[in-house]
Amino acid sequence: MNTVLKSILALLGAALIPLQAAAAVNVLACEPEWAALANEIGGDRVTVNSATTALQDPHRIEARPSLIARARSADLVLCTGSDLEVGWLPLLFTQSGNARIQPGTPGYLEASQFVVRIEIPKVVDRAMGDVHPGGNPHIHLDPRNIAKVADALAARLAQIDAPNADAYKSRLAAFLTRWQAAIERWEKDAARLKGVPVVVYHKDNSYLIAWLGMREAGSLEPKPGLPATPAHLAELVERMKREPAKVILYSAYNSAKAAEFLASRTGMPAVMLPYTVGGSDKAKDLFGLFDDTLARLLATVK
Amino acid sequence: MKNHWLIAVTLAAFCPQAHAAGEDEMRELREQVRQLKENYEKRIEALEKRLLQAEQAAGKAEVAASNAQASANQAASVGARPSGESAFNPGISLILNGTYGNLKRDPAAYRITGFAPTRGEVAPPNRGLSLGESELVISANIDPNFRGTLIAAIAPDDSIAVEEGFIQTLGLPGGFSVKAGRFLSSVGYLNETHAHAWDFVDASLANKVFLGNHLSEDGVQVKWVAPTELYFDLGFEAGRGRKFPGGPDGGRSKNGFGSGTLFAHLGGDIGASTAWRLGLSHLRTSAQDRTYADLDSAGVGVTNSFTGRSRLWVVDGVLKWAPQGNATQTNFKLQGEYFRRTEDGSLTYDTTAASLGTQAGSYASRQSGYYAQAVYQFMPRWRAGYRYDRLSAGTTSIGLVNAGTLAAADFPILGGYNPTRNTFMVDWSPSEFSRVRLQFARDRSQFGAADSQVLVQYIMSLGAHGAHKF
Repeated sequence: MNTVLKSILALLGAALIPLQAAAAVNVLACEPEWAALANEIGGDRVTVNSATTALQDPHRIEARPSLIARARSADLVLCTGSDLEVGWLPLLFTQSGNARIQPGTPGYLEASQFVVRIEIPKVVDRAMGDVHPGGNPHIHLDPRNIAKVADALAARLAQIDAPNADAYKSRLAAFLTRWQAAIERWEKDAARLKGVPVVVYHKDNSYLIAWLGMREAGSLEPKPGLPATPAHLAELVERMKREPAKVILYSAYNSAKAAEFLASRTGMPAVMLPYTVGGSDKAKDLFGLFDDTLARLLATVK
Repeated sequence: MKNHWLIAVTLAAFCPQAHAAGEDEMRELREQVRQLKENYEKRIEALEKRLLQAEQAAGKAEVAASNAQASANQAASVGARPSGESAFNPGISLILNGTYGNLKRDPAAYRITGFAPTRGEVAPPNRGLSLGESELVISANIDPNFRGTLIAAIAPDDSIAVEEGFIQTLGLPGGFSVKAGRFLSSVGYLNETHAHAWDFVDASLANKVFLGNHLSEDGVQVKWVAPTELYFDLGFEAGRGRKFPGGPDGGRSKNGFGSGTLFAHLGGDIGASTAWRLGLSHLRTSAQDRTYADLDSAGVGVTNSFTGRSRLWVVDGVLKWAPQGNATQTNFKLQGEYFRRTEDGSLTYDTTAASLGTQAGSYASRQSGYYAQAVYQFMPRWRAGYRYDRLSAGTTSIGLVNAGTLAAADFPILGGYNPTRNTFMVDWSPSEFSRVRLQFARDRSQFGAADSQVLVQYIMSLGAHGAHKF
């Protein structure tokens, strides 16, 4: 009994050793894309955790104890904002007891505040589904938005960790050079996607569609945030017979069922897009995310 | 861009002066201006082209928003936020719920045998159709240091109760936070959760007998979260003791505090799919004239009263699983709590001298109970759950009975009995804001009076998107 008790205590003790209080800036990113960006800009001067993975719906996770624990030790919380995390992030603020990351302090950065949001609803009513009054929050699938957030993030890191300000600045410059070159390459490669009609699962690909000039011809969700219903799918099948789209897109965290159902009824291919970093084997970082996304899209549009 | 234009215009403005200068200089300047102009025309053309593309691409986006593409800083102000005094309206949400009950026994006669009645809302919902409590939630940050929340419960009998009304700190250093006001006590797991977020229509039997259904205290809570990777918190509450197990109702008139709670939680993840939390809490209070109603051996309704110490220990655990942590399609939740309470002091029989006359003697009890429940979302929108409740009346020693002054039959509700209940439920949630539930329970709370309860409930929330605790 005593030894059991001792080993439990030892385990507890090990687990309770404070997180490394090293000089590194402790970043808690709400989504994997921002975790990847924080790594690009911060390099080894930051320790980065992501609250969600590419296989989780960022709307629908819970303020688990492990997230509160991470928020407790964070120096910077980097999130999308625009109500994407409204179901759990407010609890991290109130439950973590961390004054440094409260909204309005330098320790909280909301990426969507630095870009032009699209699909801002004129009327906000839940009868239209899970609408976001601040516009579509899935901003990272337009790479030009990533560049803007990178700017803001580098400035914020420089503010929080002033001694390393120059390092963040030069890492930002290096990243933006590579990023702009990549954007040019992607835009050139993706030229033939222009005007291609696509069916989406959720409105999480809107920025990608807007950037590449594709056209959204329908959505598997009857209304944003509501799961597909048989009636809606039947209606969609009919619509696709009249005006077929080229491809059905769904994200790594979505169930493939509805997309495959529509594919089987219409002959349109269903394509899984990684959506964010970690959503596919090739989407290892932000560059890989767009490389793989475009490769998957281009493979269907010959 | 504006700056460059300014330079160009300024250059142009200086041209007449340049007239005095040599022809060469003049030509050079003109050439420079021309180049500048050309340069900028090209850039503007490119910008316009990008703008056009952006406009086309943005689809439904406001043209104004597209114009703002050029400047990310401007963009931040694009969102149509209200201005003026309404801009600071707090988040308001309203929770509506109602039930239909088909019960074998009248809920007005509901008792849990073996346990002193708590005067809380422990009875099952009414027979037939009835409105539940409508909850109005108003909350916002007060300033950078404080956040305020008010939850008013509007009962179907037209009364309004303050369910919670508290302020909490946001800016304390070192992982500390303080709550003050009226709040749901952090004793156990279910008690901290609002009724509309419960997985069953009603609370567990243990919550009913040990915490009077839902314990909210007027007091102060101090909580500390450890700076560790494993979640660990530690806290205490000093309260008024305004409700069961404290007493009398509304709390005693005394300085200091009437109840104290200590709690600690551990929590973490197991891989990406599983999250857990374990808690230990202790509630101690000294009740004074905590009254309850009973029927004595003569069948006369009497009021009895307890004065003494009450000590409660609760161990709680919750485990949630979803494939890869993605709860959208399927997920599973396992939850359980074990309660153990000791009370000692004095018990006064028939305080109003309605039957055999007021008499007092010693009282001591050691009681326990637990519940365990599992809820599984087997497909989007649909969940099914099962809960098992068991209480143990344990040992109760009543001085008046031991001395032979009164009979055990004079305290029927304190008789030895182990209540149990089996509950099944299925619920359907068309969206995250609405839920309809069907529940069936076989309730053996009352000795010799097993009840079958069929309940249909709707719970809907409107307004600000609430964030629920784990």
